[in-house]
Parts: sequence; structure tokens; C-alpha cells
Amino acid sequence: MENGEGVVKRFCYINRKAPYGTIYALESLEVVLIAAAFDQDISLVFVDDGVYQLTKGQDTESIGMKNFSKTYTALGDYDIKKVYVEKESLEERGLTADDLQALKYEDEDDDWAEKDSLFLVGRSELTEIINEQDVILSF
Amino acid sequence: MSVLHTVNKSPFERNALESCLRLAKAGSSILLFEDGVIAAMQNTKFSERIAQAMHDFSFYVMGPDVKARGLGEDKLINGIQVVDYNGFVDLATEHDAVQSWL
Repeated sequence: MENGEGVVKRFCYINRKAPYGTIYALESLEVVLIAAAFDQDISLVFVDDGVYQLTKGQDTESIGMKNFSKTYTALGDYDIKKVYVEKESLEERGLTADDLQALKYEDEDDDWAEKDSLFLVGRSELTEIINEQDVILSF
Repeated sequence: MSVLHTVNKSPFERNALESCLRLAKAGSSILLFEDGVIAAMQNTKFSERIAQAMHDFSFYVMGPDVKARGLGEDKLINGIQVVDYNGFVDLATEHDAVQSWL
């Protein structure tokens, strides 16, 4: 696939760690934004403890670390429209979609209508999504 | 001799808490902090195990780490006491030794 300026590859970022306890979640976000700047076809996947990265109401004031959870809600502005969360990972942790931030993007082909970019997917569906990628990066 | 055990890793990711529960002496205290706070939440795969272990151990959880992860102190397993950094220091001084399960 070409976008007029070069090759577009399907990039998939797999996030499996809770935020703040390790640096993985923040580093993943940094790298995602780099690929977005090069207009690549990006999918974000959150499985295992990675689902904790997307919880709403994060408040890091008393641990003295930067709260980067707001960055996820800005991903739509970087044309990142495919964020996949594994259902089974949520269930094992007693979480539901209501515990997560809403992630949206504005669809330029549909009069900039606001649409969901977060999708809950089952294990087998996720297997297929990952299998279709050109580049897979793990965090 | 009283021991404060500390666990800072998610039970989904490491077996640190599991080993702690297996080897700690009944009557000990266990403090969950950093990613370890995940074990203190209701309705996870591990909640039942923790609730059971509360017969043998006093459980504490680091409130600031719960808040940072957006997990909500209202969703903690009943009976786990919330502490802050000063509470951590108090626990450390009240016990004879601290064992960190890294």
C-alpha cells in the first residue's frame, strides 16, 4: 500500500504491562506517536495487565509521576483509529468497558463525525488481527 | 518476631505474591504496593485467594498506587487497609523485619 509519499505498513503495538510500575507503557506511547508521524497504518492492542493502561480516573499526583493517561484520548488526533482490548483480559481482572476511558476519532470521510476507536475483541478475533500485521512491536 | 512482607509486582505477571503467601508465617503483615496493588482488587482471578489468606495475614495496600492506576479504593477487597507513604514507614518500624518479594 502507498500513501503517495512512501510505503505504508501495518504496525501493531502489543501492550501487556500495567502503567507506572514499569516504564513499558510510557515508552510504547512514545514509539506509537513516532510511527503515527510517518502516516503508517497503526493498531494498538491491549492484553493482560496492559488493559490497566486505559483505565479512567488515573491520578498520579501522590506517586509523583507524570499522568500520561490523557495521551490515549488524543490518539485519534494522530489518526490512530484502531485500539483493540482483549475481552478475556478485562474479565480476569474484574473490569468492564465502563472502567476504561472512551477513545474517539473524527472521521474525515464522514463530515468529521466522532466515532469510537476502542474495540473490545475476543481472543480468537485478536489472533486474526495480530496475524494480519507487517510489523509487531511488544511492550 | 513479626515480619512485614512487601509485594510490588502484579500477580498476573509474577509469582512473587504466590511465594509470599506460601512462605510467610501466619500472623505476618503483607503490604501490596506499585503493581502489587492489582492483587488487592475485587473480582479478579486472585480475589478469592487473597480473601482466604486474610485469615492468616493482615493486608495493607498503598493508596497512592491504587489511585495512580485508576482502580478506585471502593473496589478493594473488604478488610484490606489502605495506607500512604507515612503508613508504610510506620509499618516498617512496627515490625521486626521487612521482607521484599521482588
